[in-house]
Amino acid sequence: MPIQTSLAEDDKTLVIRIEGRFDFSTHQAFRDSYEHAGPRVTNYIVDLSDTTYLDSSALGMLLLLRDHAGGDSARISIENCNSDVRRILSISNFEQLFAIK
Amino acid sequence: MSHHSLRILIADDSDTDRLILQALVKRLGHEVIEATDGLDAVQKFREDNPDIVLLDALMPRMDGMEAARHIKALAGERLVPVIFLTSLSDAEDLARCLEAGGDDFLTKPYSRVIIEAKIKAFDRMRRMHDTLSRQHEQISERNRQLLEEQTVARRVFDNVAHTGCLDSPNIRYHASPLSVFNGDVLFASPRPAGGMLIFLGDFTGHGLPAAIGAMPVAEIFYGMVRKGFSSADVLREINQKLKLILPTGMFCCGAMVEVDFKAGQLRVWNGGLPEAWVIRSDGDLVLLPSRHLPLGILPPEQFESVAETVQVSPGDRLLVMTDGVLEVANEQGALFGLAGVRRCLEQLQPPRHPFDAVMAAVRQFSDKAAETDDLTLVSLDITDQPAVPEVSEQVLPSALAGPTEWRCEYEIRERTLGDFSPLPLLLHICLEVPGLRTRGGEIYTLLSELYNNALEHGILQLPSEWKRSAEGFGRYYSERQARLARVDGHFIRFRLHHTRKPGGGRLRVVCEDSGAGFDFQNHPLASGEAGADSSSRYAGRGLLLLKRLSKNITFRGKGNHVEIVYDWNFSAHQGDGDDRQTTP
Repeated sequence: MPIQTSLAEDDKTLVIRIEGRFDFSTHQAFRDSYEHAGPRVTNYIVDLSDTTYLDSSALGMLLLLRDHAGGDSARISIENCNSDVRRILSISNFEQLFAIK
Repeated sequence: MSHHSLRILIADDSDTDRLILQALVKRLGHEVIEATDGLDAVQKFREDNPDIVLLDALMPRMDGMEAARHIKALAGERLVPVIFLTSLSDAEDLARCLEAGGDDFLTKPYSRVIIEAKIKAFDRMRRMHDTLSRQHEQISERNRQLLEEQTVARRVFDNVAHTGCLDSPNIRYHASPLSVFNGDVLFASPRPAGGMLIFLGDFTGHGLPAAIGAMPVAEIFYGMVRKGFSSADVLREINQKLKLILPTGMFCCGAMVEVDFKAGQLRVWNGGLPEAWVIRSDGDLVLLPSRHLPLGILPPEQFESVAETVQVSPGDRLLVMTDGVLEVANEQGALFGLAGVRRCLEQLQPPRHPFDAVMAAVRQFSDKAAETDDLTLVSLDITDQPAVPEVSEQVLPSALAGPTEWRCEYEIRERTLGDFSPLPLLLHICLEVPGLRTRGGEIYTLLSELYNNALEHGILQLPSEWKRSAEGFGRYYSERQARLARVDGHFIRFRLHHTRKPGGGRLRVVCEDSGAGFDFQNHPLASGEAGADSSSRYAGRGLLLLKRLSKNITFRGKGNHVEIVYDWNFSAHQGDGDDRQTTP
């Protein structure tokens, strides 16, 4: 599975890990990952340590997650991006919408 | 499926063998066509179009192998199984039957069970083949329809999103003919006040959804730019519209470029596109990275339309691209990338144009022509005079039908001074007069010079000397922003009055503001005494333009009440310059 989810120890942070390419082909799996997470989840970590590539549809999916998590009040951090992925996120100025670590 | 009746051709020169086989096949419920040799078999195949062919290998006139070749050729794309009937048992002979195009063989004497099984098996294969070919045809047909629809849709889109002034000699661009279906859009339009606006956008996704989003953007862009709105206004409107109509997750990366050739100024807003480049005439490079979120993501109240300002001179060039340029891949899967663009521009040998250099480098890098289908690249040359062909509209005297006798007053006050430009509205009112429609550029300049003088010098008290240096320009605009935030108790009032005259009309514009005014008696331009020399090019710019364009200009009160008179005729546009008061 290119997308793996786990619940952090605090029981309310969902960690979504994406392996390989984060693009339209992962659309359904990405949605399922947070839509079935249960009501207790309030925080999200998108772990991109094994993500090699990210395209604009992935940016769109991150926006969908942000909406799902409450829009402006969403608590989402995007972590461990490689430099290519980081660059794509910063070209689109996603720092303004997400905590990127 | 034994009830499934087939049409089966049996070719055998031996009457006995043929009769036995025919009886067997008929008993299985199939229709039989008989042939007595190879030539006859080919003839019958042509006439009766059987589903399966049973061929004796050795026959007079034409043997089975030869007949099989002809039959296969006649069948073309259709699968017609050919089964050889043979008493040969030598492996090589049997192999030759298959090489000649046969699909299988039946050995004599015949076994009813084997014949039935083989016919069934080949019928299954035949029908599977038919289904596949039919689906393949449907797919090809669907694809053809899709391309046709795209071409028609493209035509509709072109009518809305026409090329604007992309044909100007100082603009060059590469865009695939169906680029709107890749989500790329490119628009350019002259501004009524001179200069132009260029927008390059890249929607997320492909196909219809991307193309549909492009339509309102085109309408907003061309509609608003023509009416004199600034790039910030156009961007705000596009963002708001896209936020409203696009589902979350879809947005438009874009760059808006506003060029003022006269002031040598570029204003670039980049939201999500790769770095735009300014290539100075001496080879220096200035990068303009994306500083904003793409369009269609932020709600209107959070949207930032602040652009970066770059001073430019004739000979400088601007290059803007979609990420398709950076994502061109070579055979090893490596990307052209920002490094590719940088390398190419750093090694640029004048007089080679950066546009050509980047396109050539991209093509060389990818080796595949198809790679350039998904990218858009546009370049703009900074020239000393606007190379934008005026969009001229023939005005006939019969156009006198519009409003020619009217008067209006419009006043904006308090905080509205800071958030709203009355210019598009005023221009719109003036352009209702048919004879003024082709003079939109001049009218806009008159109105905007009056307005800017009233606002920046009259109310905000900004010293125009600051604009003499490049650094001062920056200071001027940041101070303007700051002072606009605290305009209390101020107003700007416009009074427009249009009357008819023989062969044309007269527009009188009075602009009054609540500022302190200025000493127009001793101002070299306002008093009309001294010559307008080039030393005061910047500071006196507004007044000089007003004097050049209008028949008459009068200052009253403390200098905060300005009246200009603008005359127009139906005769050729140049003709009415004669009676204008030109600067000494």
